[in-house]
Amino acid sequence: MSGPAVSLRAVAKTYWRGGQPVPVLTDISFDIQHGDFLALMGPSGSGKSTLLNLIAGIDQPTGGEIRVDDVDIARLSESELADWRARHVGFIFQFYNLMPVLTALENVELPLMLTSLNRRQRREHAQLALEMVGLAERVGHYPNELSGGQQQRVAIARAIVTDPTLIVADEPTGDLDRKSAGEILDLLDRLNGDLGKTIVMVTHDQRAAERAHAIRHLEKGELSALEVAVSRPVTSEREGGG
Amino acid sequence: MKFTNIPFHYIWRNLLTRKLTTLLTAGGMALVVFVFAAVLMLEAGLRETLISTGQPDNVVVIRKSAQTEVQSGVQRREAAIVESEPNIAVDAQGDKLISKETVVLISQPKKSTGRKSNIVVRGTGAKGLALRPQVVLTEGRLFRPGSSEVIVGRSIRDGFHGAAIGDSLRFAQRDWTVVGVFDAGKTGFSSEVWGDSEQMLQAFRRTAYSAVVFKLYDPSSFEAMKTRLEADPRLTLELKTETRFYADQSEALATFIKILGTVLSIIFSIGAIIGAMITMYAAVANRVGEIGALRALGFQRRAIMAAFLLESLLLSLTGGVVGLLAASTMQWFQLSTTNWQTFSELAFSFSLTSGITVRVLLFSLAMGFIGGFLPAARAARMNIVDALREG
Ligand SMILES: Nc1ncnc2c1ncn2[C@@H]1O[C@H](COP(=O)(O)OP(=O)(O)OP(=O)(O)O)[C@@H](O)[C@H]1O
Ligand SMILES: [Mg+2]
Repeated sequence: MSGPAVSLRAVAKTYWRGGQPVPVLTDISFDIQHGDFLALMGPSGSGKSTLLNLIAGIDQPTGGEIRVDDVDIARLSESELADWRARHVGFIFQFYNLMPVLTALENVELPLMLTSLNRRQRREHAQLALEMVGLAERVGHYPNELSGGQQQRVAIARAIVTDPTLIVADEPTGDLDRKSAGEILDLLDRLNGDLGKTIVMVTHDQRAAERAHAIRHLEKGELSALEVAVSRPVTSEREGGG
Repeated sequence: MKFTNIPFHYIWRNLLTRKLTTLLTAGGMALVVFVFAAVLMLEAGLRETLISTGQPDNVVVIRKSAQTEVQSGVQRREAAIVESEPNIAVDAQGDKLISKETVVLISQPKKSTGRKSNIVVRGTGAKGLALRPQVVLTEGRLFRPGSSEVIVGRSIRDGFHGAAIGDSLRFAQRDWTVVGVFDAGKTGFSSEVWGDSEQMLQAFRRTAYSAVVFKLYDPSSFEAMKTRLEADPRLTLELKTETRFYADQSEALATFIKILGTVLSIIFSIGAIIGAMITMYAAVANRVGEIGALRALGFQRRAIMAAFLLESLLLSLTGGVVGLLAASTMQWFQLSTTNWQTFSELAFSFSLTSGITVRVLLFSLAMGFIGGFLPAARAARMNIVDALREG
């Protein structure tokens, strides 16, 4: 793949509240390379989630251009965008957002309903994804029968089961204790290192951010001038340590 | 093409998860469906009973535009012309199966209340009984032609004074001796008094019969015969098959029941639709986060719309099936009413037909669709980011 995985040019986002414009992002331009693991940090209300949502194609910018794998997603129709997300983006949310009435396996199978896979293939793929996150024994469990960390692992399995190029995670460890958070970060590390997934993660947690290749800070609608490179510790050292 | 790519078990289990709400909402719909089904079954049962009163190959001849035999008059000369028709069946003895009948309403005190109630008195010819195989003499004997003897229907014997064998009924300034009792099943004849037609004409000082009834030799030629006789300038008569004749009599009551019942059902259904709507709005409100996640995963707005609509349709179909099952038990009950045209008592039951089943299930689905539409549209209209924030 030649160009960057994600490329933003002069991206702006303004919300309207009670007839008043609320500029959240003013002039954002940067690239994310294939295989990058980027952490977005910044104070609350600085627009981190907004930026992530724009990159993931669940929100539309009020200005500028967003290219993901050379597709100008700001120009896609809503319906095309939904199809695009189903094929290219894996979502990880702070509160997991699993379907409570579906088992772990059925939750992971859900995005595969939008593919041409048949029932048996869907089962196999979902099973494999759950094995990858270490939940092979929990396939038949409902979300309320799982711990927060386990639920987030199911959500990660759901995010990778369609084999997307880009994974977006909005505070994936925000609701977890330190040990579970460590496990989730290890997993993201593996997705990035072993499977080569491009990951964009919003976090408040400095420790979580340090697991990424790079950190960008958002403040008052603007991105920190420079990418802050972080010395990246070897994964194995972290394992078991949390 | 699938209705929605959201899995069916997601929709179904969401209904099961909120057991109480589902039960109450479906229960409300079941009640409405029950009422609607019961009314349609009542109407069907009434029509069936009145239609079974008649024989399809019997023809009733009455005066043009007369609704009933009581209102009708057929002159002797007209009756003779009809009798000379070749297309009339004959019995083993070679006699034509035709009966010139005199039908009069009289008033007699009822056993139960002591108050007077209307009874149909039918003067028949010799073949009156042979024309109606559903009428069976169960006690005593037939009246002798030319005498003041009568036989009475089972309901008359049970319901009125002086109607047992050996008793005599007084009407038209004569005493009529009861010599027999007949059973005509669920048909209207069970509520009649039968005697000799010529005697009735004399006693009631009439010059014209009320109707002529005959059995067709060739039922397929009825239409041609009807056209010809009704156009005959010597006659002012109308021909109907007996089945049609009684069906027409039931029309007014059946239509009334149907209209009243449908109006009631529609009014009740508004309540049930509002119930479904509240339930589905609550379901949507409780699952905002799930809706946001589904949309983020790539499910289209129309898939969300379809999923919630399907949920509402399932809810109402459940209610519909329960209501229909409850209504089907009504088939075991018997009802009676007054036939508005002859004012004789009429016994009938609820009847569940396949047409009613289909209509009732469509009705329940319509309630689910109307009740679920706005909530489903709200779910589909949600902004993904807002839904994810709220949830
Ligand atoms: N739909 C909306 N309408 C109006 N204003 C909005 C809307 N969504 C977000 N905002 C505003 O945009 C700003 C940025 O929101 P955003 O959720 O991106 O912040 P954040 O950096 O993710 O914060 P946090 O760390 O608290 O999650 C906030 O001031 C917020 O109030
Ligand atoms: Mg945020």
